[in-house]
Amino acid sequence: MEGSLRSSDKTPKNERETRDSVIIRFAGDSGDGMQLTGSQFALSSAIVGNDLATFPDFPAEIRAPAGTTFGVSAFQIHFSAQHILTPGDEPEVLVAMNPAALKVHLTDLDPGGMIVIDRDSFSEKNLRKAGYHTNPIEDQSLEGYRVLALDMSRLTQAAVKPFGLSQKDSLRCKNMWALGLMMWMYDRNREPTINWLQQKFANRSEIAGANIAALNAGHAFGETAELPDLGQGYAVPRAEIAPGEYRAVTGSEALAWGLAAGAHLADLKLVFASYPITPASNLLHILAGLKAQGIVTFQAEDEIAAACAAIGASYAGSIGVTSSAGPGVALKTEAIGLAVVAELPLIVINSQRSGPSTGMPTKAEQSDLFQAVHGRNADTPLVVLAAHSPANCFAMAIEAIRLGTKYMTPVILLTDGYLANASEPWLIPNIENLETFPVKFHTEPNGFHPFMRNEETLARAWAVPGTPGLEHRIGGLEKDYSTSNISYDPANHQRMTEVRAKKISGIADELALQEISFGPSEGSLAVVGWGSTFGAIEEAVHAVDEEGLKVAHIHIDYLNPMPKNMASLLSGYKSILVPEMNSGQLVKLLRSAYLVPAEGLNKVTGQPFKVKEISSAIRAKLGNKK
Amino acid sequence: MTATPRMENLKPNDFASDQEVRWCPGCGDYAILKAVQRTLSEEGAQRENTVFVSGIGCSSRLPYYMSTYGFHTIHGRAPAFATGIKLTNPALDVWVITGDGDGLSIGGNHLMHVLRRNVDLQILLFNNETYGLTKGQYSPTSRPGTRSPSSPSGSLDSPFLPCVLALGAGANFVARGVDTAVKDLSATFKRARSFSGTAFIEIFQNCLVYNDKVFSNFTDREVTSELQVVTMHGLPLIFGTEKNKGLRFDPVRVELEVVTLGENGITEEDVLVHDETNRTLAALLAAMQPPNHPMAIGILYSNSVATYESQVYSQIAAARNGGANLDDVIRRGHTWRVNG
Repeated sequence: MEGSLRSSDKTPKNERETRDSVIIRFAGDSGDGMQLTGSQFALSSAIVGNDLATFPDFPAEIRAPAGTTFGVSAFQIHFSAQHILTPGDEPEVLVAMNPAALKVHLTDLDPGGMIVIDRDSFSEKNLRKAGYHTNPIEDQSLEGYRVLALDMSRLTQAAVKPFGLSQKDSLRCKNMWALGLMMWMYDRNREPTINWLQQKFANRSEIAGANIAALNAGHAFGETAELPDLGQGYAVPRAEIAPGEYRAVTGSEALAWGLAAGAHLADLKLVFASYPITPASNLLHILAGLKAQGIVTFQAEDEIAAACAAIGASYAGSIGVTSSAGPGVALKTEAIGLAVVAELPLIVINSQRSGPSTGMPTKAEQSDLFQAVHGRNADTPLVVLAAHSPANCFAMAIEAIRLGTKYMTPVILLTDGYLANASEPWLIPNIENLETFPVKFHTEPNGFHPFMRNEETLARAWAVPGTPGLEHRIGGLEKDYSTSNISYDPANHQRMTEVRAKKISGIADELALQEISFGPSEGSLAVVGWGSTFGAIEEAVHAVDEEGLKVAHIHIDYLNPMPKNMASLLSGYKSILVPEMNSGQLVKLLRSAYLVPAEGLNKVTGQPFKVKEISSAIRAKLGNKK
Repeated sequence: MTATPRMENLKPNDFASDQEVRWCPGCGDYAILKAVQRTLSEEGAQRENTVFVSGIGCSSRLPYYMSTYGFHTIHGRAPAFATGIKLTNPALDVWVITGDGDGLSIGGNHLMHVLRRNVDLQILLFNNETYGLTKGQYSPTSRPGTRSPSSPSGSLDSPFLPCVLALGAGANFVARGVDTAVKDLSATFKRARSFSGTAFIEIFQNCLVYNDKVFSNFTDREVTSELQVVTMHGLPLIFGTEKNKGLRFDPVRVELEVVTLGENGITEEDVLVHDETNRTLAALLAAMQPPNHPMAIGILYSNSVATYESQVYSQIAAARNGGANLDDVIRRGHTWRVNG
């Protein structure tokens, strides 16, 4: 992030200038293929050996009218020779395929940053659609930026001419032209993208050929055009990364594979019941493609049915999983309550998005923490976990299944729209080497009743239909502690309520103590976060550390129950700052549970925190004016 | 679902749990419970492989009175829980117990979808045209003008005909029974149990506290013969005390008309023969209402197609054949190696 295009030192003309870290944002119309362009650039950067993080940002509309600002789709990639954790704050290169993309994204561009523009798309009509009265390329409004206004459409059309495509199809190759140029600029290898194009369009060789020609033409243009100030382009050296086999993984992929792995480690069938909802649907798509792994997916008629089918699956001896975003989880609430009282394992995944109600479906928020912890009728405790990065979704999915089956409880696993879509390199684990936790169903009829408990965990016996001698009835009505028959006895309800609470709070006994991810174990300030803010907080405390501000970062993955040492850990800091993409939820949980003077830093724009937003807040908090 | 042969079938009472039945004395539910227990006994069912799943309402207490596995779930959602159970273990014999409020009002969506999917279940819908457990409000099957605590001036809603709804949703087995006709009910249950797919059975069930005698217009002993036609596959649709009434197809009005044998030259030849695989005929039978037509009782429609869960597992089996393991899956696509 520190490296900037402006700091163009006196590098010899025939050598690439070395950069430590670069942030590029590709932006264009929904139909311009920006997500593909960005992910191909990300892949080529991973292969170079850079550390990287990406952030796709796309509209909720599938095909918004072309050229409009609300139809703009963007993909940001941060690649570096250092270890990085976020897609970066401000891009220093903005590739804008049309006026609307420029209009929407210019505000984020680093002052003095570079804008690569398809000049051909800046027609009067497109300018008007984007709300420009004059052409920004010509009216000096881009002064201070380095503008590369290129005839991208025309150059693309010329490059793909031999393939005889229609004008429309020819123009659809211009994202590859832009990608080719950027690959030249940062010295990336085109080979993986060429292979990918050949595979993707295996049955349409003219389309594959045209796209490859456009990619090569963009690259050649960079090499030969002698663009002002660019010299020979840049190089971003490889980062120091732990050895092993890697791949890029989005949160949705890591989550899906984590669920599959968790079920495998528990020696259970995975039944995944879901209903399409943005941004959670990808999970259903990925798992539906894992039939060879014996995974059952069920696209239910609604959110409620999805939750109920998952509970039915767990009742019969699978691990039932359902997933949604906040509005869908609201519908599942009553069913989750049943799983709490029936004490069945159930994994509920909430890919949080901006709300309330439908809100902004493709934008991320962390505003369902209260819903997860408290959002049910009555005293209805369950386990709440949060994943803190795309790759971490894998481990947390396994952990959710482990805890759910061990304690016979629903587990809500919180992710968000940012984690679901963002990607990062992932050291691919060997699933066969992961620790197993095979479930043993109860089979002994002697003395059995369904709510007989394991003395240590307080988990009830899991006896599944089909087991002779264990026939029993469970349901939403309160059960007698000693016989499991229906009971309206006042003292029994008190006891059962307490035992359900104690079972969940007792899980803290086995959880690893809360660690400090960076910084001192006591001092003036701890920044406490949860979920997808991990990267931004971590980079912010590192940044202020370099300025001599010793600030701790504590990131909570286990939100209910919290690790046992949380009270003593937090008491070591004079003040506590809690950045959250909501109006202040974890901050209230911490204040009420631990009576600590925590204060919130809240953002609900639908965009992730920028590092500098957190580092500025830290400085302000510590009275440091820098 | 196929029972391993036993020396002796369990008796109906062996399917009763030790819990005291808490329905109102004289409730039609008792008779239905007996018919269910009798069916399981006669079918040689095993307790451990039988699961009763219910929602909320008077009828939904039934699982507690069975000595099998049982899950008393939440209002209206039993079909969804049952689907999850069958997706885990297709070998289980799963019965869904619901009512007109539970199954058609709050749970209408799940009922429709489970029917069209054809999950292998028996769904017993106890229709008493009232919300009994909440003290007698009108229900989605109540006839217009029903006076109840929530409709003191008479209800305004047009009612569902459950079997018409089921056929419309794509059900492949639709039947009707009357609570007091235990023997016939049991025969219908047996057919339902052996049917591979979702078997939907509407049972006219008398709620003597809130809606007593609501079906007496066609279930009273003295009118049964005249106002019920029992559908038997392959047999003419003949009814009446004198067995002289029949159903004939009226091609002009596209409906069933009641004809009298021996009048106007009408003979048995003119009377429709019941074909339970004919969905159109089933829809016409299901729509008939007394007093102008008899109520059709018995199996209105039965046409076997592949069950949902069997197809789910066929797809899985096809994919498994030569499929990759999970370690391979997570290595698919572009990977790269970082050397130490």
